[in-house]
Amino acid sequence: MAAGPFNATMILAILPQIGLLALGVLVSILDLLWKENQKRNLGWLTASGLALIMVLAGVFTAPAAQPVLVFGGMLRHDWLSFVFQMIFLFGAALTALFAMDSEPLSRKGEAYMLLVAATLGMTLMASAADLIMLFLAIEMTSIPLYILAGFIVGDNKSTESGFKYLLFGATTSAVMLYGFSLLYGFAGTTQIYQLAGILQQGQFSTFTLIAVLMLVLVGFSFKVSAVPFHFWAPDVYEGSPTPIAGFLSTASKAAGFAVLMRFLLVVFPMTEHYWIPLLAVISTATMIVGNTLALAQKNVKRLLAYSSIAQAGYMLIGVASVSPLGITASVFYLTAYLVTNLAAFGVVTIVGRSTGSDELSAYAGLSRRAPGLAMVFLVALLSLGGIPPFGGFVGKILVFAAAINSNLIWLAVLGILNSIIALYYYLMVLKVVYLYRSEDENRPLAIPRSWAIAMGLCVVGILLLGTVFGPWYQWSVTAASSLF
Amino acid sequence: MQFPILSVIVFTPLLAGLLIVLMPPARKTEVKVIALAAASVSLLLAIWTYFSYNVSAGGYQFVERLPWLPQLGISYAMGVDGISMPLVLLAGVVVFCGALISWGIDDRPREFYAFLMFLATSVFGVFVSLDLFQLFFFFEIAVFPKYLMIVVWGYPKTREYGAMKLTLYLFIGSVVALIGALAMYFASGLHTFDLIALEKANFSASFQYIWFPVVFFGFAILGGIFPFHSWAPDGHVAAPTAVSMLLAGVEMKVGAFAALRVAIMLLPQGARDWAWLILILATVNVIYGAFIAMIQTDFKYVIGFSSVSHMGLVLLGFATLSAEGLTGAGMQMFSHGIMTALFFAVVGMAYDRTHTRDISKLGGLIKKMPWAGVGFIIGGLVSMGMPGFSGFTAEFPIFMGIWRSTPPIFAIIAVVGVVITAAYILRVVSKVFFGELSPEFEQGVGDVTVLDKVAIGLLSVLMIALGVLPSLMVPMVQSGVEHVLRLLGGA
Repeated sequence: MAAGPFNATMILAILPQIGLLALGVLVSILDLLWKENQKRNLGWLTASGLALIMVLAGVFTAPAAQPVLVFGGMLRHDWLSFVFQMIFLFGAALTALFAMDSEPLSRKGEAYMLLVAATLGMTLMASAADLIMLFLAIEMTSIPLYILAGFIVGDNKSTESGFKYLLFGATTSAVMLYGFSLLYGFAGTTQIYQLAGILQQGQFSTFTLIAVLMLVLVGFSFKVSAVPFHFWAPDVYEGSPTPIAGFLSTASKAAGFAVLMRFLLVVFPMTEHYWIPLLAVISTATMIVGNTLALAQKNVKRLLAYSSIAQAGYMLIGVASVSPLGITASVFYLTAYLVTNLAAFGVVTIVGRSTGSDELSAYAGLSRRAPGLAMVFLVALLSLGGIPPFGGFVGKILVFAAAINSNLIWLAVLGILNSIIALYYYLMVLKVVYLYRSEDENRPLAIPRSWAIAMGLCVVGILLLGTVFGPWYQWSVTAASSLF
Repeated sequence: MQFPILSVIVFTPLLAGLLIVLMPPARKTEVKVIALAAASVSLLLAIWTYFSYNVSAGGYQFVERLPWLPQLGISYAMGVDGISMPLVLLAGVVVFCGALISWGIDDRPREFYAFLMFLATSVFGVFVSLDLFQLFFFFEIAVFPKYLMIVVWGYPKTREYGAMKLTLYLFIGSVVALIGALAMYFASGLHTFDLIALEKANFSASFQYIWFPVVFFGFAILGGIFPFHSWAPDGHVAAPTAVSMLLAGVEMKVGAFAALRVAIMLLPQGARDWAWLILILATVNVIYGAFIAMIQTDFKYVIGFSSVSHMGLVLLGFATLSAEGLTGAGMQMFSHGIMTALFFAVVGMAYDRTHTRDISKLGGLIKKMPWAGVGFIIGGLVSMGMPGFSGFTAEFPIFMGIWRSTPPIFAIIAVVGVVITAAYILRVVSKVFFGELSPEFEQGVGDVTVLDKVAIGLLSVLMIALGVLPSLMVPMVQSGVEHVLRLLGGA
C-alpha cells in the first residue's frame, strides 16, 4: 500500500483539482484587474472554466479498470470518485451561470472563487481514502459554503443562514472527528482501505464499532441533510442566495453521499447487519419528515428545501440496499436529482429576481407571464415527483427495484407512499403556476441568456436521463462496481 | 424491417405536442390545426392497422423491438393482439373527437392541445406496450396532462378537488402496481421486463396468491373498481369535455387493460384464486353505480356514475375467466369507450349552451340541438344493451359468461343493473331532451357546430356498425381471448 514513486498517473489523477485551483486563482486575479462593469463576465469565465476542466478530466483522468491509491494513500483514483467529480463540476458550472443574474453574487469575484473552492473540496471528498484527507476535504467544502450562505451582507436572513449553517456544520464535524479519532485509536492507521481489515482482526465488540459508526454518521447525515440532522436545511436555503441554495441542495448533498457510500461499504462491512436497518430507518424518517413538512410550506424555497430532504431519503434507500444495484440506483438518482433540482432552483432564482419574493403567491399567473419558464418548472417538479418521461422516474424505479431486490419490500412500500405525498405538493405548486391569476400576469419576465443556457442544459439532461438512460446507467454501474 | 406503424401512431401526437409547445401562444388556430392533423394521422393509421391485423393468425402483430436498457432487460417493444387492437382504434377515435369538440377553447389553447396530445401518446403507448417497464412509462406520463387539464380548464367549482383526487388515486394505483411489477421482475429470475417472456415465467402459486391482488387492484383503481371508484365521477365531472371523454372513454380502459395484461395474464393462478373477490366487487360496481346514477340531479354526474356501472361489467367479464366473459369484456371496453365519449361530448355541448347541468332546469333540448339529442339517445340505447347496438354485442356475452361460470345470483344481480340503467337513461333523455323547453333557453341556445356534428356522427356510426355487424370486431377479440385462456389453462 505504500506510495510508489512519483509518476504521471498521480498528476493525471488530480488533474481536476489542479484545474480548479488554477481557475480559482485566475478568478481572484481577474476580480482585482477587471472593472466593475466587466465583472459579470467572471460568471462566464467560471462556467466555461469548469466545463473545460470537465472535458480535460474526461479525456485524461478517466480511471483504469483497477483502482489506484495515489499520494501516499491519500486519494483513491477510481470510477466512483471520477463519476462524482463530473457531477460536482457540472453542478458548479450551472450554479455559476445562475449566479450571474442573482444579486449580490453576480459582480463579486469572491463568490465565484468560493464556489470553485467548494467544488475543489467536493472532488477531494469523493476520492479521499484517508481519514485526515477526508476531514480536510469536508472542511474545505464547508467553509466556503458557510460564507456563500451568508453572502447577502446586511440581510438578516442571509446572515442567520450563514451562521446557522456554520454552527450546525462545526458541531457535526466535531462529532464526526471524534469518531475518526476513535477509529485511529483502535486501528492505528488513518487509511480507510486498511481500517476494515484491522478492525475485523482486532476483536472489537460490535457495540463499540456501532457507536463509532454512529458518531461518523452524524457528520455525513448533516451533509446529506438526513433526519435528525436536517434542521438547518430549510432556514439555510431560505436565507442564502438562491443559486447557492441550489448548489447546497445538489452538489453538496451529492458529495455527502459519495463519502457515505464509500465509508459505510469500505470501513464497516462487518457490521452491515446493524447499520442496514439503521440506515433504512433514517431513510424512512427522512422521507416522512421532508414530505410532510413540505406539505405545509407557503414559500417555494422552503418547500424545495423540505422536498430535497425527502429526496435524500429516497437516495438512502439505494444505499441501504447495499448491493451493486442499490449503489447504481443511488448514483443514477443523484444525477437525475442534481439536474432537476438545479432547474427548480433556477426557476426560483429568476422569479425571485423579478418579483422580489419567493412566496408561492408570487408564482400565480407564471404560465401567462412566462410560458417557457412555467414549462421548465413543470418538467423539474414532475421529475422530482418521479413522473416519466423525466429522469426522476427512472431513478425512482431503480431505487425501489434495489430495495425489493434486497428484500426491503417494506422500505420500497414506504418510499412509494411518500412519493404520493410528494406528488401532491408538487402538483399544488403547478396549480398555482397554471391556474391562479395575478395582476402582473401580462408583464413578461426578463430571462437572461446565461440563465437560458443553464436551463436548457438542465432540461435536456432531465429528458435524456428519463428516456435514453442507457449510457448514464452504465456509468453508474461502473461507479458502483468500484465499491464491491 | 417493416414500417414501425405502431411507433408512428404513438409518437405522432407527442411530436405534435412538442411542436405546439414551441409555437408562439398567439397562434391559436394553427395550434388546433396541428393537433387535429396529428390526431387524424394516428386515427387513420389505427384504422389501417385494425383492418390489416390478421385475425386468423392471431397473436402479437406489428411487433417492433429495440433494446432500451439491455443490462436490466428493458426493451422498447410494441405490438398489438386481438384485445389491444380495438383499444388502439378506440383511443384514435376518442382523441380525434376530443380534438374536434374542443375547438371552442379560447384560454391558452396552446397548452390545452399540447397536454391533450401528451395524454394521447400515453394511452396509445400503454395499449401497444409489450414491455412492462415501457407500460409503466407510458402509464404514468398521463399524470400531469390529466391533472393540469382538469385544474386549468375544468369546471371552476370542483376542479381543484376533482383533479387532485383523480390524480392521486390513479398515481396510488399505478405505484402500487409498480411494486408488484418489480416483485415479478425479480421473482421470475429471467431479468427481463418483456411481457411475452414473463408470460412463461411460471411464478409459484404462493407468489401469485400474494402479488396478484397488488397488481390487479393497483391497475383496477384506474378501471374504477369498487370501492376505489369515487375518483371517477368527481374527476370526470370536474374535467373539461374533451378530457372527460378521454378519461372515461379511454383512461379507464387503460386501467382495465393493464389489469388484464399484467395481472391476469402473467399471474393466472392468482387470478383464479382471487376471481371471487373481483366478482363480488364488480357486481357491486354494476348495481351501485347504476343506483347512484339514478338519483343524480347533475346531468354530468349521471354519466360519471354510469361509467362506474359499465366498467363493472368489464371487470365482471374478467372475473368469469371464461371465453364468453372475456370476449364480452373486450367488446365492452370498446363499446363503452365510444358510448361514454359520446355522452360526455353531448353533456359538454349542452352545458356550453345552457350553462347549467341541473336536470330539473333542462328540458326540450332536442328542438334546439337535434344532433346532440339523437346522439345521446343512440348512446342511451347502447348503454341499455339494446340489440342492434354495440352494447348488446358486448353485454350479452358477459352475461353468458357470468351465467356459465359463477353462481346464478351474480347474473341475476348484474341483469338487474341493466334494468336500472334503462331507468336512469330514459329519465335523463325524457327530462333533458324532451319535455318543456325552458323559456330562458328559447333564445340563447343554438345548435351544435359542424365539428361537433362530425364527432357525434362518427361515434354514433361506430356504435351502430358494431351492433349490426359484430363480426367486424368479435373475431378479433376472440383471437386475443384465446391466448389469455391458454395462459389461464396452462398455468
